Amino acid sequence: MIRRFSWFNATSLTLGFAFLYMPMIILVIYSFNASKLVTVWAGFSTKWYGELLRNEAFLDAAWVTLKVAVISSSIATVLGTMAAYVLVRGGRFAGRTLFSGMIYAPLVMPEVITGLSLLLLFIAVGLDRGVITIVLAHTTFSMCYVSVVVSSRLVAFDRSLEEAALDLGCTPFDAFMSVTLPMIAPAVISGWLLAFTLSLDDLVIASFTSGPSSTTLPIKIFSAVRLGVSPEINALSTIMIGIVAVGVIAASLISKTRIARMTRDEQAAQQQ
Amino acid sequence: MAQSPSSSVFAPWDDPTKKPLIRFEGVTKRFGDFTAVDNLDLHIYEREFFALLGPSGCGKTTIMRILAGFDPPSEGTVWLDDVNIAPVPPNKRPVNMMFQSYALFPHLSVYDNIAFGLKRSPMPKSEIDGRVQEMLRLTRLEKFARRKPHQISGGQRQRVALARSLAKAPKLLLLDEPLGALDKKLRNDTQFELMDIQEKTGTTFVIVTHDQEEAMTVASRVAVMDNGKLMQVATPDRIYEAPNSVYVADFIGDVNIIEGNLRPQEPGKVLIDWTEGEAPIRAEANGGLTEGTRVSYAVRPEKIAVSAERPDDRANVVQGKIIDIAYLGNISTYHVQLPSGHMISAQMTNSRRIERRDFTWEDTVWLSWTDTAGIVLTQ
Repeated sequence: MIRRFSWFNATSLTLGFAFLYMPMIILVIYSFNASKLVTVWAGFSTKWYGELLRNEAFLDAAWVTLKVAVISSSIATVLGTMAAYVLVRGGRFAGRTLFSGMIYAPLVMPEVITGLSLLLLFIAVGLDRGVITIVLAHTTFSMCYVSVVVSSRLVAFDRSLEEAALDLGCTPFDAFMSVTLPMIAPAVISGWLLAFTLSLDDLVIASFTSGPSSTTLPIKIFSAVRLGVSPEINALSTIMIGIVAVGVIAASLISKTRIARMTRDEQAAQQQ
Repeated sequence: MAQSPSSSVFAPWDDPTKKPLIRFEGVTKRFGDFTAVDNLDLHIYEREFFALLGPSGCGKTTIMRILAGFDPPSEGTVWLDDVNIAPVPPNKRPVNMMFQSYALFPHLSVYDNIAFGLKRSPMPKSEIDGRVQEMLRLTRLEKFARRKPHQISGGQRQRVALARSLAKAPKLLLLDEPLGALDKKLRNDTQFELMDIQEKTGTTFVIVTHDQEEAMTVASRVAVMDNGKLMQVATPDRIYEAPNSVYVADFIGDVNIIEGNLRPQEPGKVLIDWTEGEAPIRAEANGGLTEGTRVSYAVRPEKIAVSAERPDDRANVVQGKIIDIAYLGNISTYHVQLPSGHMISAQMTNSRRIERRDFTWEDTVWLSWTDTAGIVLTQ
């Protein structure tokens, strides 16, 4: 590999990353701005973080968002994994191709339509809008993401492992729990994380399905920003960026050390 | 290899009072339009080491999967110990399988892989450890009990797979190409290990393989398959020395096939006219063959002697020119062309050093074999 410095490479790298990260960096910097005016720098301060912690409305919204994200992504993971398992492993049954195609439909469906149709459904069955309706709505649209992630892992997964489990006396359910699930766990976890993030981010569907008592953070931020950007929002966004960054770095470190250990073990086994 | 049916030799298939452990009765398996197994009747006896041999796609793996319970037969019945096993799910069958890919559970240690089946059996918890230790000893894996499958070598993985499938002491053990992933030297060692373990445990083994040498080495009986049908089921020496068809003769080892017309002589003796201007081949064949029947005469290369002088004590003698010599170290195969255009392979042991070899390319030599060396085949 050639490791010579090249102006072309350096420039494209700088431009690319600037494009990606400039907006966020500016947001983070202004979250430490002492001035109430977002666009005027008046010295370093952490007072907006303090303000944020005293703002009941934001804390409530954050709590609702977290609750909705955890519950809906957990339900979506269970349902999505089950759907993926049946579609990949269930053998041939009538309408299988149709079902496999339909599982992808919500991925390409405009969110406005999903949100509107859910709203109509909830009104039709007489369900009061609140945390429950947001959870149901988020489960509905994130379930297909989980199912896509899990089924790609299941397709690559050696079928004979499951057959071996059956052969050794497992019932099909036992075989799934003691062999298949541990094997596809990484995909199930990333499916959960994906569903969790989607739920955390979602503005459109949540605004259709939330009630007056249950505002999520994205709705809160969006409505606050319409009245003018406040430094508090910057502080809140910085915290969210921080949480996401820590999560991503931790996940990649964990998988990196796991792969390194695996390769080392395999080399050791070869040398025996 | 000389096996004569006597009471001391293991040959339950020759004993009409023995009941087979497994009986296939008219078993057919179809996948859509494709018939993988075609109207199969087969008996396998207790303590047998039975090999299913054939090219890929001949239906041998399907037979194994029917026995394991992964694929139900489309027609016919499979009896195991007088129980029809069609309605029995795989987890309730006294049958275990060793998979071609080994299918070791990567998230469990060697110990837990072996204990996996035992934990799901009625065996009391206190006895499981003893049984696992016994299996580890049998397969010489004591040192690796705590390792994960990716931390051991290919040969060790193969032994873990074997130990795991033997742990529950099944009535029948199925082995799907068990040595396919090992290199040749390790494979030879492992073949003898397998035979040893089979003898020690007394389990009935059914092995699927496409490697004829492997089948001949390990098996008490070999079934040669083609296109979902059994071509011949017999002991390895019978399969080799008395194949019942050109297909079997050709599939097992090397063979020269010469076509010709039959001329019966005195009882048990026949002549085969195979080409103009050469003496007919003298061979032995049982009755029932009529004059002029088109037959294939099969003779193995090692049964044919190569000599510089014409031998006068052999029943069949032909002259030809050496076209090619394949030197394999211990033996050499000579490809000799006859004036009629036939190519005949003859094999000689290299009892002398190579620089003192008698024949070389383009030499004219005599090929000779006895009247009992070959076999007359009508299909």
